[in-house]
Amino acid sequence: MGLGFEIGLVVLVLGLATWTIVARETFAAVVGFATYGLLLALVWVRLSAPDVALTEAAIGGGLTGTLLLGAAARLRATEAAAAAERPGAQLRLVAAVLSATVTAGLAAAVLFLPDPAPTLAPAAAANAAATTLGNPVTNVLMAFRAMDTLLEKVVLLLALVGVWSLAPDRLWGGHPGPRHEADPQGAFAFLARLLPPPGIVIGIYILWVSADHPGGAFQSGTILAAMWMLVMMAGLADTPPVSRRLLRLALIAGPLVFLLVGLGGLWLGDAFLAYPVAYAKALILAIEFPMILTIAVTLGLLLAGPPERERER
Amino acid sequence: MSTATVFGLCAAVAAGLGTYGLITNPQPLRKILAFNLLGSGVFLFFGVVARRGAAAGFGGDPVPQALVITGMVVAFSATALAVALLLRLFQATGSATLRPDAPASADSNRTDA
Amino acid sequence: MPPPAPLLDAVTPGGFLLVLSLVVPVAGALLAFVAGGRQIERIALGTMPLGLAIAVAIAVVMRQAGGPLVYLLGGWAPPLGVALRADGLSVVMMLMTAVVICAVGVFARADFHTPAGSAESRATFAFWILLLGVWSGLNTVFLSGDMFTLYVALELLTFAAVPLVCLDGRAETLQAALRYLLFALLGSVLYLAGAVLLYGVYGTLDIVLLSQRAHADPATLIAAALMTVGLLAKTALVPLHLWLPPAHAGAPAAASAVLSALVVKGSFFIVVRLWFDVMPKLPGYGAGQLLSALGAAAIVFGNLVALRQRRLKLLIAYSTLAQIGYLFLMFGLAFDPVSARLSSGGALAGGIMQAISHATAKAAMFMAAGLIYAALGHDRIVDLAGIGRVLPVSVLAFALGGVALMGVPPSGAYAAKELLLQAATETGQWWWAVVLQAGGVLTSSYLFLVLACALAPASEPIAVRAPVPFVREAAALGLALCSLLLGLVHLGAYLPVPAGVRSSSFNLDGVWKVLWPVLAGVALAILLGRWGDRPPPVPLAAAIDRLVRPTRRPVLALGGIVEGADGVLRQWPAAGLSLLLIAVIFAAAMLAAGGGP
Repeated sequence: MGLGFEIGLVVLVLGLATWTIVARETFAAVVGFATYGLLLALVWVRLSAPDVALTEAAIGGGLTGTLLLGAAARLRATEAAAAAERPGAQLRLVAAVLSATVTAGLAAAVLFLPDPAPTLAPAAAANAAATTLGNPVTNVLMAFRAMDTLLEKVVLLLALVGVWSLAPDRLWGGHPGPRHEADPQGAFAFLARLLPPPGIVIGIYILWVSADHPGGAFQSGTILAAMWMLVMMAGLADTPPVSRRLLRLALIAGPLVFLLVGLGGLWLGDAFLAYPVAYAKALILAIEFPMILTIAVTLGLLLAGPPERERER
Repeated sequence: MSTATVFGLCAAVAAGLGTYGLITNPQPLRKILAFNLLGSGVFLFFGVVARRGAAAGFGGDPVPQALVITGMVVAFSATALAVALLLRLFQATGSATLRPDAPASADSNRTDA
Repeated sequence: MPPPAPLLDAVTPGGFLLVLSLVVPVAGALLAFVAGGRQIERIALGTMPLGLAIAVAIAVVMRQAGGPLVYLLGGWAPPLGVALRADGLSVVMMLMTAVVICAVGVFARADFHTPAGSAESRATFAFWILLLGVWSGLNTVFLSGDMFTLYVALELLTFAAVPLVCLDGRAETLQAALRYLLFALLGSVLYLAGAVLLYGVYGTLDIVLLSQRAHADPATLIAAALMTVGLLAKTALVPLHLWLPPAHAGAPAAASAVLSALVVKGSFFIVVRLWFDVMPKLPGYGAGQLLSALGAAAIVFGNLVALRQRRLKLLIAYSTLAQIGYLFLMFGLAFDPVSARLSSGGALAGGIMQAISHATAKAAMFMAAGLIYAALGHDRIVDLAGIGRVLPVSVLAFALGGVALMGVPPSGAYAAKELLLQAATETGQWWWAVVLQAGGVLTSSYLFLVLACALAPASEPIAVRAPVPFVREAAALGLALCSLLLGLVHLGAYLPVPAGVRSSSFNLDGVWKVLWPVLAGVALAILLGRWGDRPPPVPLAAAIDRLVRPTRRPVLALGGIVEGADGVLRQWPAAGLSLLLIAVIFAAAMLAAGGGP
């Protein structure tokens, strides 16, 4: 094990990355990319970052792969036209040289990073008592750099608003995505009935346990989103119409509660987004539960796309 | 050569490949794919920095790890927005290209507005 | 025990206002999202005066405090936590943002309105929420003291701006939006790569801490080059401008105003923070000159291509490209050879002054162009004849905005130009002074083109498609006046304006200084402008034409070359390669300079 395994992993990963770039057919490239994402999760485990590995596997490999596969399937007709637009050999050579320079620059930076590396790990460890949580990454996300997490929720929401704004005017308020149908007696529908209940439990468990072990709101939300997507793709349920009030409430629940708790920190704690030590863990969980609802619904809807069917009245 | 260095070089190559793909491949979907590759390379680089910062009983510096998680979610929303735009463009024009002189293109100075 | 906080990071009184300025637009967007229907515009319009009041309050408190305002989020001090910091630059930019957004809000009510009794409409829903998103993104950019929070804010800004481009759903705007998004994403990934390198070397991303720790080692300089180039791509500095003209010209009028006036200033501001606050000693002379050179290229290029446009909105978009060049001219001028570092002095004040003048003037111009388009149904410049009689206030707003941009006292652009010219003479960089003057000539040329066509009498009466509410024209005129009178506002408390800059120009010399660019501009417009088949509707046009005829061939050839170059640079592969090439050149320049102690 050890270095040999890692070098083998790197070779595989880079091979898949090259395949993603040079493959002729887009569908094949996307399949390569999804596999790359999953292998990358292994790399993250070797880098002692299990939270990130979970996120990479779920979002980077899983969700992004699904999104791009769907798009590649829909865009198959444009493949032929694209072949005519490929830049000439000289252009590609110059691009390769310049990209290689970028790689060289980054590689040089890696090799010449200072040793011992500056780190905030001791500071994070020293201040962990402020939230009584054992998972340092959760501490950073929810306490030390809570502003970034809050902003990021807003980014997610705005991306969704952007996606929705692409709908034709007459279909506004309707259901996102096409109506999926699957054979009700088939294997897919069976899986879609079988997997979601344990999937949801696992998702919530990952959140619950993230206080002291690897896990977190994003990973949990992604699993819940995946379960929801499974149900929708098997045709067991339809996407909700975008004008439904309850849906909109679910989409802002996370950031709104986060904002309110943050403002509450002004009175109970000593600053915006501060938590009083006695209630820190409870407050963080109180934020995280609406947050996984929002994340799950947002990610699912981002995957589904803009409204494509009129709202049934 | 330590773990971190090996993966650091891997990150650099992935970033270079992503850059190359983003610039040369004319199809927007392949550009989005290359952007994701480039992004994953940069995140991996951040992970290497985190691994080198292992201290105080942690396997890695938790701050960069948290930043990577945030970054990954942002990258996914970017991909989702880009894909939705691309699909809508395809729906509206029947072709998926970024070339400005394509038939339904923008900034022509045709005198019929 | 928390790590010892650097002296600068104690929370100052009034720091809470910084939090409010972020919370208010975000809360507005969330509430508007869930309220839906007719409440969306009400909530959005309700947040605007509130946001403006908070910006003014921050300005007042900062003046009284006499120093920057600081707030530690969550009570955590950097490097572990994130701090919000408002210095003079932030305050000025936040005020500019609040004013422009309020004016845009007033202007956009007619376009994005849900009539009573009807259900929610897509464009209305999207516009107001995206507008609030742009506002929160910008405020975060101006206040954040951490480079990663700046990255998230930058992405917020991009995701809010891109859908505004294709809000009307036309195919061309969809393509423009996609190109914008992809190029902007390339830029932000490069920025993030730089941030990663900085963290790897220094263990923090806080601006103040980085400025204390930064030294010129290769990793830092490569990081600086990557971040700068990524931000240049997002600001559309020539030659990385491929996405801007179709995006800004294709968007609805209110959206164009926000995109041109405000969104591009966000990434520009981060470059300022990076160069002036984080690493003033590091770039060195060469890199600064390179950035100024790109700015100069943008000024000449953007203005020349603007002059060759047939459509009004495209002309204004290319004019934005040129004005962005002014913003970057200051980086070379700010280099102090004695201390070998960027000094936060007159050049910086000039650049920021230019940013805020441009924001107000350009928003006014886009609004006026939007009103003209709505009235006529087209924006072909040669067919604008008679609009001066139909929409006098709009044309006046356009004219005042253009005149303000040209640099006529007491406009803000004039004050900015004076500051930059003074910096040029002090540092002996006369070549940038030449560029500044040339820019003035070029700006006046296309302003003359548009006004000559707009004020010409129409051969037949114009059929206006729909009546234009006065409040919309007033919003545009108000912004134009803001830009025109900005030079009168004393910003010394916020901007590093050197003493004794204000010089009275009401004498013969001052009048000539303003007049000769106008005359040169008129001649250039007659030479290069696309007047259609009719001769320029200008008195003495024939005489002026005879005067400049000898220069016609070379000038037209130059114009043709520039337009051709624009066509090439706006192809994706060329722009992408320029991006990488510039990154490499910047890195080389910075590495060669070696930096200070």
